[in-house]
Amino acid sequence: MTFINYASREINCKIVYYGPGLCGKTTNIQWIYEQANPEKRGKLVSLATETDRTLFFDFLPLDMGTVKGFKVRFHLYTVPGQVFYDASRKLILRGCDGIIFVADSQRARMEANIESIANLATNLKENGFDIRSIPYVLQLNKRDMPSAATIPEMERLLRFRNEPMIEAVANKGGGVIETLKAAARQVLMELQRA
Amino acid sequence: MAKLDLMLFEEEYKLLQEIIGRLEKDASAKVVFLVDKNGQQIAAAGDVKSIDATSLASLTAGNVAATDGLAKLIGEKEFSLLFHEGEKDNLHISIVGKRGILVVIFDQNSSLALVRLRVKKASKELQEIFDQVEQRAQKEADSGSRFESPFSEITDEDIDRLFGD
Repeated sequence: MTFINYASREINCKIVYYGPGLCGKTTNIQWIYEQANPEKRGKLVSLATETDRTLFFDFLPLDMGTVKGFKVRFHLYTVPGQVFYDASRKLILRGCDGIIFVADSQRARMEANIESIANLATNLKENGFDIRSIPYVLQLNKRDMPSAATIPEMERLLRFRNEPMIEAVANKGGGVIETLKAAARQVLMELQRA
Repeated sequence: MAKLDLMLFEEEYKLLQEIIGRLEKDASAKVVFLVDKNGQQIAAAGDVKSIDATSLASLTAGNVAATDGLAKLIGEKEFSLLFHEGEKDNLHISIVGKRGILVVIFDQNSSLALVRLRVKKASKELQEIFDQVEQRAQKEADSGSRFESPFSEITDEDIDRLFGD
């Protein structure tokens, strides 16, 4: 649910990074944080455990500049990927404008990817969204791993609506900005239709 | 779109700002924030510069959402009030209607009783404005004659420009 403030001419959009545990959601937004102009980024808030696993969410506000005289601000969130944090994941999807699904390319994690997409569909539905129509991008992360599945294989298993599919190596920054851009494009185009 | 977007116009924003400005004075608070349940800041009053407002909004919404989840677990609809007591500063968080959260930060210059009393009155007034905003949005959605979005002519180039291409 986009928040448009006509008084201060601001528009805020919420984009959520979703995916199985250890797929690189936090790594994505950490990279964005490090790359962003310090004047344009807010504080990176991480609610994590002592072992740096996401406990509730990571949050990064980003000022993107202006479109049609409106200041555009993105609020990036990650969900905790571990299966037992499902209640928290559901809460974070509340009012989201777009989803970036971060898939782990390692063969051994394919089942976890599939389960996580199914879980995303359920949790979106409970928040009143449809996974088939909400702005959505698929990121194939960890492409540099020796045990990575092939692209066609991942596409067959994980791509379901002809969504933008972007290869990434998030810890080195590969594909991170492209992914965000693909999501931003859809979210802003959605406003056009609103 | 699943839900109606929250659109605030100048006059509504002014009214909201006025109410929380008054609340800040009446309750002898340090800062008052009005936040959307999705974690977006709507308005603020008081010594706002002393606090990272964006993080505060996001964490408050997360806090309220988690507490909401707890309430449902034990069969309550919601906990409409959260209070966090610190050594110097205290945080009073309350729900306003369906989508608003009111955050009052205060120290020893005020008291919980006073804050509660003033928040109650302000909440009622804020609620009325939220209702108006919602009714307007609903009316526009129903009649199909929606207010022309400033983004109706957004182009690929506009988006490229945001990313500095």
